[in-house]
Amino acid sequence: MSAPLLSAAGLCKRYGERLALADVGFDLWPGEVLAVVGESGSGKTTLLNCVSARLRPDAGTVRFLTRHEGQQDLFALSEAQRRMLARTDWGFVHQNPAEGLRMNVSAGANVGERLMALGERHYGRIRGAAADWLMRVEMDAARIDESPQTFSGGMRQRLQIARNLVTRPRLVFMDEPTSGLDVSVQARLLDLLRGLTRDLGLAAIVVTHDLAVARLLAHRMLVMKDGRAVEQGLTDQVLDDPQHPYSQLLVSSVLQP
Amino acid sequence: MIAVQGLRKDFTLHNQGGVELPVLEGVDLDVQPGECVALDGPSGAGKSTLLKCLYANYRATAGSVRVGDTEVTTATARELLALRRDTIGYVSQFLRVVPRVPALEVVMEPLHGSPDARHRAEQMLLRLRIPMRLWSVPPATFSGGEQQRINVARGLIRPMPVLLLDEPTASLDADNRLTVVTLINEARTWGSAIVGIFHDQKVRDAVATRTYRFH
Repeated sequence: MSAPLLSAAGLCKRYGERLALADVGFDLWPGEVLAVVGESGSGKTTLLNCVSARLRPDAGTVRFLTRHEGQQDLFALSEAQRRMLARTDWGFVHQNPAEGLRMNVSAGANVGERLMALGERHYGRIRGAAADWLMRVEMDAARIDESPQTFSGGMRQRLQIARNLVTRPRLVFMDEPTSGLDVSVQARLLDLLRGLTRDLGLAAIVVTHDLAVARLLAHRMLVMKDGRAVEQGLTDQVLDDPQHPYSQLLVSSVLQP
Repeated sequence: MIAVQGLRKDFTLHNQGGVELPVLEGVDLDVQPGECVALDGPSGAGKSTLLKCLYANYRATAGSVRVGDTEVTTATARELLALRRDTIGYVSQFLRVVPRVPALEVVMEPLHGSPDARHRAEQMLLRLRIPMRLWSVPPATFSGGEQQRINVARGLIRPMPVLLLDEPTASLDADNRLTVVTLINEARTWGSAIVGIFHDQKVRDAVATRTYRFH
């Protein structure tokens, strides 16, 4: 593999006087999971929104390795091209599943929708793929016709993951994917995510404030503070031998990450 | 296979007034394929720290650490991940696993879905006397000795050019200790360059081709 899947460089973003992102960059390679950690307000969600082209940075570039056209500057693409990427090559898993799902249509339709957006019209195939994906995220396929409104938080989150992965994206963005869930449900979801990223060779960027989540899911880690990336490295390097004062504080403040 | 020159490792505790804890200084170590070097020295001398610097878990403060063709101290995260995947097997003192993954799959993992992965993992678990009823159970609930054997099974399931062993026999009974000694010697005969910490003198004598002493 000769080029990173995603390259971010020199990203800056201001909200009025406040600097939300100051000169942040990283390279992500196919199959790598990167955790972005830091406390609320450190800029990690702003970073996620910039690299997923949901928010335009004030400065800096984000380049994505497209399937056919090589590396492309995301913000030089047209809105339509970015939308196409977002529903084919990317997934976005929101903290609150209701933001990533359509709550008033069935589970099956939620999963099938992204396939239809890609031009699939065969009802049987769409339903078959939806049922298959419900099972892969450990849901009962018999609930395919039920609305996510009747689902628990953990089931909704799994449905959101199925909806995102059905188009076989190469990169998935996740914003605190487990934080709204009970601890027992979290462990199950983490396992599932870990298995899926490994088996599908998915690259992922996971924003989390939970270092244990980062330890389990991510190969690499980036520590954010006040809009800056104060430290980057392998996940176990950052957790076991943190260099920056803030990383040391973060790691020493939790029980056994 | 392993070449360490002038390795220094200090820990700087920024939140304790910037206290500097020097742990390693001026460490030189070369290990060839087929050698097994036992690290020896009192507790706190830096044996584990050296292993962790070789694995790139700890970052060297100064000096050079070469493993295979990779300069560990300057390699990118991606190069280090490749080094761990293809070159280094590491048996740590404690097993750290995902809550719901069964023991057999934990052991299979380094084989990356190769067709005979399951068979080889089963052979490994049999050799290490893990009862079959435990194979489908996540090791989080296992005893210390069982967890350690899972750790050894995973670390030694695949011949690796470099093996790092941190007390691989510490909580094992005599039979299993002997099995692990055999496994280590098989790896060395295959050509692994091995560095390990072995508190048990008998184990050390049975596996080490030489000793590196800490002062």
